[in-house]
Amino acid sequence: MGKVVAVTGNEAVAEALRQVNPDVCAAYPITPQTDMMQRFGSFVNNGKVKTEIILTESEHSSMSACVGASAAGGRVITATSSQGLALMFEILFIASGTRLPIIMPVVNRALSAPLNIHGDHSDAMGARDAGWIQLWSENTQEAYDNTIQAFRIAEHPDIRLPAMVCLDGFIISHSIERIEYLDDNEVSNFVGEYKPVNPMLDIEHPVSYGPLILPDYYMEFRKAHDAVMSKVSKVVLDVAKDFEKISGRKYGLFETYRLEDADIGIVILNSAAGTTKDVIDEFREKGIKAGLLKPRLYRPFPYKEIGEALKHLKAVCVLDRADAFGASHGPLYIDIASSLYPYEKRPILINKIYGLGGRDYMPGHAELVLNELVEIAKTGKINVVKEYIGVRE
Amino acid sequence: MKLKGWKEVTPGAVVTKAGSAEEFKTGSWRSFRPVWLEENCIQCMFCWIFCPDMAIEAKNGKRGVFKYDYCKGCGICALECPGKKGKKAIVMEEEGK
Repeated sequence: MGKVVAVTGNEAVAEALRQVNPDVCAAYPITPQTDMMQRFGSFVNNGKVKTEIILTESEHSSMSACVGASAAGGRVITATSSQGLALMFEILFIASGTRLPIIMPVVNRALSAPLNIHGDHSDAMGARDAGWIQLWSENTQEAYDNTIQAFRIAEHPDIRLPAMVCLDGFIISHSIERIEYLDDNEVSNFVGEYKPVNPMLDIEHPVSYGPLILPDYYMEFRKAHDAVMSKVSKVVLDVAKDFEKISGRKYGLFETYRLEDADIGIVILNSAAGTTKDVIDEFREKGIKAGLLKPRLYRPFPYKEIGEALKHLKAVCVLDRADAFGASHGPLYIDIASSLYPYEKRPILINKIYGLGGRDYMPGHAELVLNELVEIAKTGKINVVKEYIGVRE
Repeated sequence: MKLKGWKEVTPGAVVTKAGSAEEFKTGSWRSFRPVWLEENCIQCMFCWIFCPDMAIEAKNGKRGVFKYDYCKGCGICALECPGKKGKKAIVMEEEGK
């Protein structure tokens, strides 16, 4: 059995990476991720892992080095936040289009300008359509567990896609929580030996990566990528089943909390889900049937399953910790709305933008939202669909 | 050549076979065609060396005919050709004329 520890999110994810013992890590420091790769660098220097570490001059270079190392045939990791992820943007598409299963924890942080180092989801949301798998994590335990599972999902022979593991900057990355670590051998048995596909270092079978694909073939490659995306959900569930056997912890495509018989509900990602669950308990004690849905697999988005889980509600609020400027609503709202559109009878949907740049999300915010939902469920009337909360006039 | 469907393409567009550029015919890109005038050719092989693709056949150390399937009409061969007594052995002619 594993052991119980008190660790930060960064510490836990670095520990998961140590236990996996990847071949190559190419990284560049950026707050709030820095401390994770610094800890991993210590493992390398102290001989705790056999990983070759490449200290690059930027995130554009670190993702480029990851692409090269993965194409060469290695199990490859990096980690980043905010501007770092933005700087990688170009190469994210090379990694996914080339079907390289690179694993990247993303410690979610706001994007500049104005300059801000605190937790929000603008960074990973900006990269949500880059062809990567995205797993989101509420707390340190989930960040640790998702990191380990990400290897099995990304490297699955039917998938072979890179994966991001998202956790909230500072709120999770720098706060100490009680979690359970698995034993080293349990983790290494779980992820198994890495089996590269068409590795460049196999000189008996020479291959070329990155050819020019013109209009006569480009669409076929994109369609193939889309088809692979549609297989990810099943693999995520299969891997979760295996993970439960070694950890006793259950994972799905998303988590529901007191949702089955609920009239009103909140959809929210990552750390704020914890606060919301407490407030939902308070509303339940008052006899109000409130519930929550927290997406875990955000890309590919499990539209069907989420639509099924939410369709019976009367009113739902989607809380976004990022805005999609100029779009109709926040990014999570847009996906939830698409999930519910096929149903003739569906909940009334509203959208709140909260917690940008690390602004605290307090129980009072969840209370306000739930009270508004109670009113909407009663009257069927909406005042405003999209609104910023916790902002000064 | 029949084009492959999306289920048949290699994952990640990885090319797993060496020398497959031979299957990629780019002659249709050409708007000017190089024409070989054998009487002016001194067999220096400059055209064969300078051709960025594989549009010039070479056999037994001698230059052969153009393989137009691979010629994009860049004109490098005609530019580099020293010819014989001031007369070029490769000239460019506009396609369709």
